[in-house]
Amino acid sequence: MLVKKNLLKKVIGLNIFQSAIILFFVASASKRNATIPVIEATTKIIDSSQYINPLPHTLMLTAIVVSVSTTGVAFALLIAIYRRYKTLDEELLLKRMQ
Amino acid sequence: MIQAHLPLLIPLTLLFSALLIPLFGTKVPRSAYFLALSGSFLAFLLSLYGLVRVTTDGAISYNIGGWTPPIGIEFILDPLSSFMTLIVTGISFLVIIYAYRVVPEEHPQKQVPYFSIVMLMLTGFSGIVLTGDLFNLYVFLEIASLASYAIVAVGDKRSPVASFRYLMLGSIGSSFYLLGIGFIYFMGGSLNMKDVSQILPFISGEPAVIAGLILVVTGIALKMALFPLHFWLPDAYSSASSVSVALLAPLGTKIGAYILIRFLYFIFEPEYVTTTVPITSIISWLSVAGIIYGSIMAIAQDDLKRMLAYSSVAQVGYIGLGIGLANPLALTGALLHVMNHSLMKAALFLVAGNLQIRIGHSNIQKFNKRLRHTMPWSMAAFSLGALSMIGVPPTAGFFSKWYLVVSAVGESQWFFVLVILLSSLLNAVYFFRVIEKIYLSPSKDSLTDLPEEEEENKYAQNEVSFSMLTPTLILSSCLLVIGILNYFIVNNLIDLMIPSSF
Repeated sequence: MLVKKNLLKKVIGLNIFQSAIILFFVASASKRNATIPVIEATTKIIDSSQYINPLPHTLMLTAIVVSVSTTGVAFALLIAIYRRYKTLDEELLLKRMQ
Repeated sequence: MIQAHLPLLIPLTLLFSALLIPLFGTKVPRSAYFLALSGSFLAFLLSLYGLVRVTTDGAISYNIGGWTPPIGIEFILDPLSSFMTLIVTGISFLVIIYAYRVVPEEHPQKQVPYFSIVMLMLTGFSGIVLTGDLFNLYVFLEIASLASYAIVAVGDKRSPVASFRYLMLGSIGSSFYLLGIGFIYFMGGSLNMKDVSQILPFISGEPAVIAGLILVVTGIALKMALFPLHFWLPDAYSSASSVSVALLAPLGTKIGAYILIRFLYFIFEPEYVTTTVPITSIISWLSVAGIIYGSIMAIAQDDLKRMLAYSSVAQVGYIGLGIGLANPLALTGALLHVMNHSLMKAALFLVAGNLQIRIGHSNIQKFNKRLRHTMPWSMAAFSLGALSMIGVPPTAGFFSKWYLVVSAVGESQWFFVLVILLSSLLNAVYFFRVIEKIYLSPSKDSLTDLPEEEEENKYAQNEVSFSMLTPTLILSSCLLVIGILNYFIVNNLIDLMIPSSF
C-alpha cells in the first residue's frame, strides 16, 4: 500500500489490510470441537464451550460495511482526481499539480 | 425526564437533522442551512443542559434498548464527555452560523449534501465522546472520518488529492484502532469501557494487551496528527474550504486527544501506562518534537491557512505533552488546551475565511495595512486569537500553557519547560509576521500618491457581512472571557474530569 505508485493499487492494499483484520476477528472467535451458536429446542444444558463466540462475527458485519464505504469514498475521490489530472500515477500527479 | 436520555439525545438530534436535510433540501435547497442550524443549536442547548446536570448530579448512563452493560451498548455523559460535547456542539453551532453566506458562495450546487455531511460528521464526533463501548467508538470514528474526507474533498482544485491522502492515512489509523481493540477484546472478553477497565488489572501482563494498547495509541496518534504522523494535516487543512476547515481544525484532532485520554487514563491506569509500559513518555517526546517542528514549519509558510495548519501540528503537540506528562496538573493543562485551541483555531480559520471571501487570497506576503482600515473587526479578532496562541495573559492560551509549564517543573522535566517557552517565542515570530504586515507597516506608501477620492475609496469599510462577523467575534471574545474565568472553569469543571485513579 505504501510502495505502490498507482493510487488505485493503494486502495487495493488498504482493502487487503482491512480484510485481514476482519479475518483476524473471525478466526479468533473459532474454537475446537465447537458448533455454531444456535440453541435448539432440544438442548437442555447450555455449555458455552460447545459454541463458538458469535460476537466477533456481528462486529465484523459492521466492519465490512465500514470498509465498503471507505472503498466507495476512495473511488469517488479517485474519479475526481482522474477527471482533473488525467492520471492516477503518483509521480505524474505530483508533477501535474505544480 | 429528558435528563435520563441526554447521552443518546445529543447524537440523535444531529443524526436526525443530517437525515432531514436531504429530505427537505431537494425541494428547497435553502432549508438545508436552517435545518443544520436548528439541529446544531438544539444539540448545543442539550449539551449545555447536560453539562449543568452532570456537574451537579454526577454521570448519566443510558443503556440502549434496555440491555444492561456489559452486554448492551452504553452511552455515558460524564464530566469529560459532557465537556467535549459542549465544545463540539458549541463551536459547530457558531461555524454553521458563519456558513450562511459562505457555503452558497463556495459550493453553490452542493449546499444540501454539504450540510448533510457536516451534520453526519458532528454525529460521529459527539458519538465518539459519548459512547461507553470500544467497538461503538470505532463505528462513530469511521462515521466522523468518512464525513470529514468528503468535506475536505470539496475545496480548491488540489483538495481531492489531499483528501485521498487523508483517507489512506485515516483508514490506516482506524484499522490500527480496530486491530488494537481486537487484541484487548480477545484477552479480556469485553468491549464495555467500564468492564474492560475492571478486567485489565488481571490480564495487564499479557503481551497481547500491550500490543493492543500500542496499536490503539498508534492509530489514534494518526487521527490526531501527532508528530511524526501528521503528514495528512497541512494539505487537508489548506485545501479544504473555509467552513470545512473551521469545523475540522478545531474538532477533528481534539477528538483524537479525547480518545487518547479516555484510553490511557480511564480504561488503562495511569500507573500502567507510565511505568509498566512507558508509552506516555514516548508520547511526550514525540509531542515535544511536534511542537518544535510545527512551529518552525509555520514560520516558513507564506499562506495563512497553511501556516495555521502547521501551527495545529504544534498545538496538538501541547495537548500530547499534557497527556504524556501523566499527572493531574498536566492533564488539566491538556484539557484546557483542548478547549482553548478549539476556540483559537476556529476564530483564526474563520478570519482566514473572511480574508478569502473579501480579498480573494490568504497569502501573507500580500497583506498590507489597508486591511486594518477595511476589515477592522476581523483583524481585531485575528490579533486576539494570535495573542492567545502566543500565550499572552489574560487570554485563554496563557493558562493552558501555564498548567503545562508548572506540571513539567513539578516533574523536573526542564527540557519540556524550555521547549514550551521556546515554542511560545516561535509562535510570536509567526503571528507577529502577520500582525506586522497589517498594523505596523509604515503609513507612507504608494497609496498616498493617489487622488484624494480614490484614497478614500481604498479605506472604505469592506468588512464581511454580519452573519460571518458575529461568530468570529464571539469566538475571539470567548478567549478573553475564558481566560478571565479560568480559575472558575478549572475548579468547577476540569477538576471533576481528572480520573480518580491519579
